[in-house]
Amino acid sequence: MTKLVYFAWVRERIGKGEENLDLAPSVVTVSDLLAHLKTRGEEYEAAFEYPEVIRVAIDQEHVDHDAPINGAREIALFPPMTGG
Amino acid sequence: MSPAEPLVRIQGEDFDAAAEIARLTEDRRGIGAVVTFSGLCRDEAGTLAALEIEHYPGMAEAEIGRIAGETATRWSLAGLTVIHRFGFIKPGENIVLVVAASAHRQDAFEAASFLMDYLKNAAPFWKKQHLVGGGDSGWVEAKAKDREALERWQKKTK
Repeated sequence: MTKLVYFAWVRERIGKGEENLDLAPSVVTVSDLLAHLKTRGEEYEAAFEYPEVIRVAIDQEHVDHDAPINGAREIALFPPMTGG
Repeated sequence: MSPAEPLVRIQGEDFDAAAEIARLTEDRRGIGAVVTFSGLCRDEAGTLAALEIEHYPGMAEAEIGRIAGETATRWSLAGLTVIHRFGFIKPGENIVLVVAASAHRQDAFEAASFLMDYLKNAAPFWKKQHLVGGGDSGWVEAKAKDREALERWQKKTK
């Protein structure tokens, strides 16, 4: 099981802040994960309509979309950040 | 001057900039410069009731810690403090504080500026605008100029 966490409008569109998912071995990279999530229903389609804008962190460190997700404990998906 | 370990705090409550300066400089006579940056909540011409700031607990501390650590290796600093608030913040209230202390002013000025440019792009915080009269106008969008602000630090070799 991999823990997924969502923030800001990604969280709002999906309708939950976190969930645990069993990911198929064919889901190798962050891009694969985004494509897979998009197929999980309307809410996910709305959240990941433009996957290229989604930022991702694995175990609380920023990663690119070509990063492998193998071994990740926690994967966070969120919009571009607006702190400061 | 011996570099200080950066102090990073992520908190809901307000902070006192003067108290944070005093904490960094107390009994440290080698410090010749302190630069403070405070980020406040704007009222957006009277339309904004509050900002709701969401953060990623754990990563917010870790990422700002990484940025502060990078800042402390790039400039000669005697001390560095970063505080970022979350939750509902009203116009006029504090959002973020950076205090950089050094022997000479250039290090403190540049370190504070660099840290804010990186924090804006990489610290996991998101702002939602709540409007006067109820309702919200959605999540604040990231600005291209904030991304461009990073480039000047990548071109510069100190």
